[in-house]
Amino acid sequence: MNLKDKKVILHDMSLRDGMHAKRHQISLDQMVAVATGLDEAGMPLIEVTHGDGLGGTSVNYGFPAHSDEEYLSAVIPKMKNAKVSALLLPGIGTVDHLRMAKDLGVSTIRVAAHCTEADVTEQHIGLAAKLEMDTVGFLMMAHMASPEKIVEQARLMESYGANCIYCTDSAGYMLPDEVTEKIGLLRAELNPNTEIGFHGHHNMGMAVANSLAAIDAGAIRIDGSVAGLGAGAGNTPLEVLVATLVRLEADHGIDLYKIMDVAEDLVVPMMDQPIRVDRDALTLGYAGVYSSFLLFAKRAEAKYGIQARDLLVELGRRGTVGGQEDMIEDLALTMAKEKGLI
Amino acid sequence: MSKKLKAVIIGPGNIGTDLLMKMKRSEWIEPVWMVGIDPESDGLTRAREMGIKTTADGVDGLLPHVLEDDIRVAFDATSAYVHAENSRKLNELGVIMIDLTPAAIGPFCVPPVNLVQHAKELEMNVNMVTCGGQATIPMVAAVSQVQPVEYGEIIATVSSKSAGPGTRKNIDEFTRTTASAVEKVGGAKKGKAIIIINPAEPPLLMRDTVHCLTEGEPDQAAITESVHAMVKEVQKYVPGYRLVNGPVFDGNRVSMFMEVEGLGDYLPKYSGNLDIMTAAGLRTAEMFAEETNSGNITLPARG
Repeated sequence: MNLKDKKVILHDMSLRDGMHAKRHQISLDQMVAVATGLDEAGMPLIEVTHGDGLGGTSVNYGFPAHSDEEYLSAVIPKMKNAKVSALLLPGIGTVDHLRMAKDLGVSTIRVAAHCTEADVTEQHIGLAAKLEMDTVGFLMMAHMASPEKIVEQARLMESYGANCIYCTDSAGYMLPDEVTEKIGLLRAELNPNTEIGFHGHHNMGMAVANSLAAIDAGAIRIDGSVAGLGAGAGNTPLEVLVATLVRLEADHGIDLYKIMDVAEDLVVPMMDQPIRVDRDALTLGYAGVYSSFLLFAKRAEAKYGIQARDLLVELGRRGTVGGQEDMIEDLALTMAKEKGLI
Repeated sequence: MSKKLKAVIIGPGNIGTDLLMKMKRSEWIEPVWMVGIDPESDGLTRAREMGIKTTADGVDGLLPHVLEDDIRVAFDATSAYVHAENSRKLNELGVIMIDLTPAAIGPFCVPPVNLVQHAKELEMNVNMVTCGGQATIPMVAAVSQVQPVEYGEIIATVSSKSAGPGTRKNIDEFTRTTASAVEKVGGAKKGKAIIIINPAEPPLLMRDTVHCLTEGEPDQAAITESVHAMVKEVQKYVPGYRLVNGPVFDGNRVSMFMEVEGLGDYLPKYSGNLDIMTAAGLRTAEMFAEETNSGNITLPARG
C-alpha cells in the first residue's frame, strides 16, 4: 500500500460517538479538555453532539448530561484551529436543530440516513448547503447494501447539495475488501469534486485496516476516535491510525505524541468500561448490528436474564437499522416470556 | 332517507384507494366522488371501475356537484400544500373536512381520545395527525387519563415500502406534528416523536414504542387497566392493533410496545401505518354521521 503524501482529513468522534459509550454523560469540562487537546494536536474536525446527533435526547437513546446547545457553546469558542461538526439524523433531529447548530458556529453538518433511505435527507442537506455549510451525506450501516445501491443513494445526497459522502460501517462488520470495493466505486462514480469519507467501528478488529483501505481506494476524510471512545468496540482509534499514517508518510497534519497523550491522559480515564472487543461487541460486528445497541443489550441482559449476544444476533437476523434501540427491550421481553422468565 | 352521509375522496393514491375500499363497507358513509388531477391516473380508473364518479379537474371539478349530490364529508389525501384551499372551498359549501395531510389547520383528531368531542362541536375541519400519532397517542392518553404525564415519547418504525415520497420529503413534518399531538391530544406536558424507516424484506409490520414519564410513582394497576381498555377501543376500527409487550414500569417510566397490522384492503398488511390513518379517518366521519342520525348535531343547512 502506497499512501505516501496522500492527503487525509481526520475527524474525531470521541465527543459524539463516544457519548454512546458514556451513556451521553460526558461533562462540559471533559468535552472542553478533550477538544482543546485535540485542537492542539492538529485535529482539523471534531464532532460534538448527543451520540444520536442533534435532538437525540430521549428515553429511547438516553438523556444527556447537557443539551447539544450547552456542549456546542462550551467547545466552539475554545477552538483555535479545529472546526466543529454536528451529526443530524432526519426522523430524530429537524432543520430547527440544524439552524441552531449553525448559529452556534458549527461549520460541518453531517446528515445521516440508513444506506437505502437517502431521500429522507433532502430537506436537511438542502438547507445546510444553502447556508453554505460544509455538508456531508452520511450513509449508515453501509454493509447492508450493494456497492451499486450505495452509489445510487450517494448520488441522491449529492443532488441535494452534499459536498462529501460517507460510507459508514456502523456495525463494524466490513472487512477491508468490502471497504475497497465500496469506496472505490463511490470515487469512480461521484462528481470528482465530491469528497469521500469512511467511518469505521472496531467490532471485528478491522477499523484501522479498513481506514487504510478506504484511503487507498480514494477516501479523503476518515473518522476515528481518540482512544477509540465510541459505540461498540469503539471507533477507529485515532492515535493508532495516526501512527500508521506517520509510517506510511501520508499527509495528515497530526502530532502523534500529542494525540497519544490526549488518548492516555484524558480519554482513557474517562471511560466507564474498557472499550474493547468483548464478546458482545464482537457479536455486533459478526452479526452486523448497529454499534450503539451494545450497552442497551447489556442492560436488557441484566434486567431480563436474556444474553446480550442472543439479543444482538436476533436483532441482526431481523434486519434492524440504526435508531431502533426500542427493539432491544421489546425483544428481551418477548424472549423472556418465551423462556418463562417473566 | 338514507342515514348514510355522502362523501368525496380527494387524492386517488394509495391512501385514497384504501379509504375507498373501506368506505364501501361502511354503514354510515357512502363514497360518491373521487377527485384527482390526472385523467389517466390508475387511481381514478380504479375508482370508476368501483362505480364512483370521478373528476380530474381537482376540487374545482367537484364543486358544481356538491349540492346536487348532497356531499357532506370530504377526505383530503393530497398534500399539506393544497389542503388549505381544498378545505376552504368545501367548508364554504357546508362540507366537513377530514384532513389526512400534515397541514393540521383544524384540531387534531385521534378517535378514541377526542373524536366524540369534535363531533359534538361539529368541527368543520379535523386533522388526523400522522400514522405514528394515530398508533401511539391513544397509549399516551391511556396513561395521562390515570395520572399526569410529564413527558411522552413515541418511536414509530415503518417499513421502507410503506413510507411514501411525501413522508420522506417532509420527514420533519412528521416529527413536529406528532410531537405536538402527543402533547395536545395525548396529554403529555412535553412530547417527542421519532420515526425510523426500515428496509428489511419481507417488510416488517408497523411497530411503535410509547414511553411516558409520569409525575410521581406510576399507579401500575390503574395504568395497566387503562392501557388494555384503550387497546380495545382502537381495535374497534383497526383490528390488527396489538400490545406486544408492556406496560413495563421502571421508576416513573411506563413503556408500551405496539404492532399494527393493516387489513390488507388496498395496501399490504405490513402497511399498518397507512391503514391506521384511513381507518381513523373513516371512523371519524362515521361518528359525525352517527351523531347527526341521533340528532345530537345538525349539519349545515342546505336549501
